[in-house]
Amino acid sequence: MEVSRLWSFRTSYLFIAPFLICFTLFIVIPIIAAVGLSFTYYNGIERPRFIGWSNFQYLISQDLLFLKYAIPNTFKFAIIVGPGGYAAAFLLAWLISKLRGSVRKWVALAMYTPSLTIGIAMTIIWLPLLSGDRIGYLNSILLKLGLIDVPKLWVTNPDLLMNSMIAVTLWSSMGVGFLAMLAGILNVDTTLYEAGKIDGIRNSLQELWFLTIPSMKPQMLFGAVMAIVTTFKTGSIGVQLSGQNPTPSYAGHLIVNHIDDYGFIRFEMGYAAAISVFLLIVMYGANKLSWSLFGSKEE
Amino acid sequence: MRSSNLVARISFNTFMLALSVFMILPIIYIFNHAFKPYHELFVYPPTFFVKEPNVQNFVELFWVTANSIVPVTRYLFNSVVISGLSVLGVTIVSALCAYPLSKHPFPGKKFIFSTIILMLMFTPEIVQIPRYLVVSELGIMNTYWGHLLPILASPVAVFLLKQFIDQIPDSLIEASKIDGANEVVTFVRIVIPMCMPAIATVAILAFQNSWGNIETSTLFMQDDEMKNFPYFLSTLTNNLANNVARQGAAAVAALIMLIPNLIFFIILQSKVISTMAHSGIK
Repeated sequence: MEVSRLWSFRTSYLFIAPFLICFTLFIVIPIIAAVGLSFTYYNGIERPRFIGWSNFQYLISQDLLFLKYAIPNTFKFAIIVGPGGYAAAFLLAWLISKLRGSVRKWVALAMYTPSLTIGIAMTIIWLPLLSGDRIGYLNSILLKLGLIDVPKLWVTNPDLLMNSMIAVTLWSSMGVGFLAMLAGILNVDTTLYEAGKIDGIRNSLQELWFLTIPSMKPQMLFGAVMAIVTTFKTGSIGVQLSGQNPTPSYAGHLIVNHIDDYGFIRFEMGYAAAISVFLLIVMYGANKLSWSLFGSKEE
Repeated sequence: MRSSNLVARISFNTFMLALSVFMILPIIYIFNHAFKPYHELFVYPPTFFVKEPNVQNFVELFWVTANSIVPVTRYLFNSVVISGLSVLGVTIVSALCAYPLSKHPFPGKKFIFSTIILMLMFTPEIVQIPRYLVVSELGIMNTYWGHLLPILASPVAVFLLKQFIDQIPDSLIEASKIDGANEVVTFVRIVIPMCMPAIATVAILAFQNSWGNIETSTLFMQDDEMKNFPYFLSTLTNNLANNVARQGAAAVAALIMLIPNLIFFIILQSKVISTMAHSGIK
């Protein structure tokens, strides 16, 4: 009975098989192995030694760097960059859809540039801009305008580093979510807007709220999930901006930095895996939240 | 009324133009940087525009590559093959998977989709070692398979395509089946054309991922002949005692890495925009 039901869907399984095989081999199995490592002591050389929940217990009760810096920093960073980057990506996609057809792809290219040129973009634009001396563009402008008296150390002062990180990350938040939402907006049937005008839609904000957003929910959801994932996976930015690892007074220390620290500097892979599992749980929670906001009933 | 509309239009366009110019600065910089003579390369703060453009850096890169043991054309060949296959592979494999996930009520569908989303959220740092073991167990080290298979399954691509296929009305797919089309024909004739914008977006992503991918060359390829072009470029400036030498060649290398991405993006993005002009989903 059950078998014949499965057999009746054989085409479905055939369709998903190529993806599922590669997915299982190169993503699921390695990740399950990594989760397994989180219950061990593993230094990359000796065999992993099973130590039960110790990594997790240490992580949430004694790891002061993690509790004092990584968690609050990540929380602050994510709460601004997640929703902020998402809103920026959506807003820009919407604005681009208001441009004439031939111009759109060039503006889309401009907005996507930070994602296209990743590392280079950051060091080239932002380091000279935020440089702490008088030559730094931002400092020299602010000094000329008389808004500050002494050059500010945008990337090396622990009080300012996080803000610089947030600004730069927001600038580069037009990634795959942005492309998807742009395609989604342009995909909305134009006859819907004509019908809307008859039904009394007066301005483009009403049009956006009552027509555009409801008809592109799948893309909005995709954008939200990608915003969460990329935000929590961000790590190197503080190190790149300040040029110091760890960042000054751990001001830019995020959970991902903590993973890198244990994984690639101290070679405590088991502990690094435990932090990865913790981060996964945090992302899962944030994701559930956005799902309930955007997901349709049947999902 | 008319004139206030015009003012709004002009200020909107000006705003978008100004923002675009600011955002596109990195591309302008990379183009200019490649043509800078050495004394301009190290100016601080860096200048965006080159003052005395010349092709000395291109010559330098040419000589560096001419002395390489494995001819540079081999690295380029590898990169072109891998990127081409991966764009084709990722789009086809992802679309094939996204269609049933969106439209077929098969058992296990929810579980598979949730797993895909969940795996998307695991940070990649610690996964490298187990993945290395899988690749080595499969015996695909130092083969093109070792470049291709690990990046073939893209959870982001499947998720994106599934979201777009969700928007295709079920009635359209039913109608196609009533007309006697089987699943394959329905997939090719209805599903693919209706989600072309998503397919183009996935292709952009797949190209970007594989063209700049250094990871598979570093981890899974021990033969120099099997490594790809970006890996070769990254060795130009790494491991040098001083970081002044070969900066010119590196500037050109950055440009060479960028241009295919740029062309690919522009071609496919204009496809996204033009397909949509005539086919709204009804």
